[in-house]
Amino acid sequence: MSVTKERPVLVERTAPDPVVEPSTRRHAVGDSVFSTIALAAGLTILIALVAVFIFLLTQGARGFTADADVFGPAATDFPTYAGKLLFGTVLAALLAMIIAVPFAISMALFISHYAPRRLAVPVAYVIDILAAVPSVVYGLWGARTLAPASHGLQTWLNNHVGWIPIFGGQVSATGRTILVAALVLAIMVLPITTAICREVFQRTPGLLEEAALGLGATRWEMIKYSVFPHARSGMVAATMLGLGRALGETMAVAMVMSAGPQLTFRLLTSNNPATIASNIAAKYQAEDVRIQVVLIATGLVLLVFTFLVNFVARAIVARSERRF
Amino acid sequence: MTVLDTAPRQAAPVEAGPMILTGRRMPRRATPVAILGGLTLAGLLVTLGVAPVGAIVLSVVAVDVALPVWAWIAVNRRAATDRMITCLVWTALLAALSPLVWLLITTIASGVPVITGRFLSHDMQTKLNPVTFKIEVGGGVLHALIGTLLVTLGAIIISVPVGLMCAIYLVEYGRGKRLARLVTLLVDVMTGIPSIVAGLFAMALFGQFVGIGTRMGVMGSIALSLLMIPTVVRSTEEMIRLVPDDLREAAYALGVPRWRTIVKVVIPTSIGGIITGVMLAISRVIGETAPLLVAIGSIDVLQTNMFGGRIETLPVFIMTQYQSSTPQGYAYAWGGALLLILIVMLLNIAARIIGAVFAPRTGR
Repeated sequence: MSVTKERPVLVERTAPDPVVEPSTRRHAVGDSVFSTIALAAGLTILIALVAVFIFLLTQGARGFTADADVFGPAATDFPTYAGKLLFGTVLAALLAMIIAVPFAISMALFISHYAPRRLAVPVAYVIDILAAVPSVVYGLWGARTLAPASHGLQTWLNNHVGWIPIFGGQVSATGRTILVAALVLAIMVLPITTAICREVFQRTPGLLEEAALGLGATRWEMIKYSVFPHARSGMVAATMLGLGRALGETMAVAMVMSAGPQLTFRLLTSNNPATIASNIAAKYQAEDVRIQVVLIATGLVLLVFTFLVNFVARAIVARSERRF
Repeated sequence: MTVLDTAPRQAAPVEAGPMILTGRRMPRRATPVAILGGLTLAGLLVTLGVAPVGAIVLSVVAVDVALPVWAWIAVNRRAATDRMITCLVWTALLAALSPLVWLLITTIASGVPVITGRFLSHDMQTKLNPVTFKIEVGGGVLHALIGTLLVTLGAIIISVPVGLMCAIYLVEYGRGKRLARLVTLLVDVMTGIPSIVAGLFAMALFGQFVGIGTRMGVMGSIALSLLMIPTVVRSTEEMIRLVPDDLREAAYALGVPRWRTIVKVVIPTSIGGIITGVMLAISRVIGETAPLLVAIGSIDVLQTNMFGGRIETLPVFIMTQYQSSTPQGYAYAWGGALLLILIVMLLNIAARIIGAVFAPRTGR
């Protein structure tokens, strides 16, 4: 220790060494340039995010107070218009999550606890492929294959459980309904939700699991009493992240259903509530600049809402992590 | 074990019978037997005229019910619950993977007939044939392929340097600093940006300086890089963090300045992982449709000027062909979809191969 304390200064500032000095100066210059570039790259992230907000705000600001006729037949002012779109967005995303979460948890459990060792890796890989398929292909498949194929099922639902309001109304003839859109969304958010759940399941301490099994628990009891309590916050985070994905997903919804801004809980009719994103994708080509401005404003609403969901997820995770 | 296994399996009260150390169990062959039964049932149903899909669903449900009931009779309620959950997990896996198989089969079946030499070598421009005086549609995807490559290349040029340097800042320079923590948080926030908002951002940015309604290839690149940067930062950061400090310290001990240590030691060590991460990020954004739709729009002819108006891209090509609502348009859309899936899969596989080849040796 004493040696390190009395270590001589490597470069004597007072007496410049003709050999060392130039090279250290070059080092210093190189280092400072490099670290400045690195810092600038870090700041770019900050600037980019701020820029996203500022430009959406400055360009979209006029959209908040646009003329009544811009909002079409659905509404006369921006809050109603955005509210109806937000309703559609949340409805589609929630439906998707209701469908996806049980499957995601099951698949994550399969990979972490149920799969034979030889099967776990290939299955995880296949789920990655599910994530790699572009959204436009999902949209095409949903609209051209799944919608017609599920038409019979939708008619059946309408005939037999039509007394439940959400399944009521006149069944869409094409099958292109919000239910199918939510199904496609569910398939699309499955990989991310599964991946995160799997990770937290695998992080359960092995001792806890072995202790549960040692006490005579069945595999399910072990999972219920040692894995799930340990993974609860992670499961919530996975769900919320999936929800964030589903909220912003555009193409699947835009291609599967033809929709306008409206409030309806009927899932099987041809009058479907549009989501913010699908509405933008449907109207982006409008020649009217005022409509484009309104679209940017709705985009800002979507951005803020998605951030809120993500922050709530983070808060839940942070709180439950403190408890453990 | 061997002796006790012969203990009666019937509902003999435990106190009265001989000492049993293992509980009653399901026969080992229960699962194969049940699955065989399910298959037989499916076969029977099909021969009886039930649709194959319905038969499969029915027999899967039958197996899911039969195994837990069997476990309940043979063992007890706890075992039945356990068996039921196991069945449900397997069923959920099959149910969740079936759409993927269905999608891939549909895309291949509908896409393969469309992909011809002409499809790959023409754009969609309608031309007047000078010989026959007939109007000919190009019927090809070339313009979209080239446009996708250009726009994605633009996004790579923007986001890889920024992402790489940002990761270097986070790991090498910013350790423990407040700014670094902020940047990490912002990268998290950035991953949550909906893709269409990225397109709107490009639209608003150029609306501010050029005029709203402007559409250029470079706008698409900017929108895509907004989505790509966080992925690149995340993966690169993780990879650079894996480089052991011993290597850095060895370089410092040799008098190598910090930036040369990073360039010559840290990055070469983690290059495999970095390339894998970048390629996965590319495969993620190359299929993005919504931002390109909003930022670039679509056009029928081959365009290569990134600053000169609309450029067609493959995802947008699929979208517009689908929207044309004609059988020919649907066919083109499937062809484009198959091409897009092939590109994404190739990128994915290449990324994984590179990752496996360059994987850091763990342990000795």
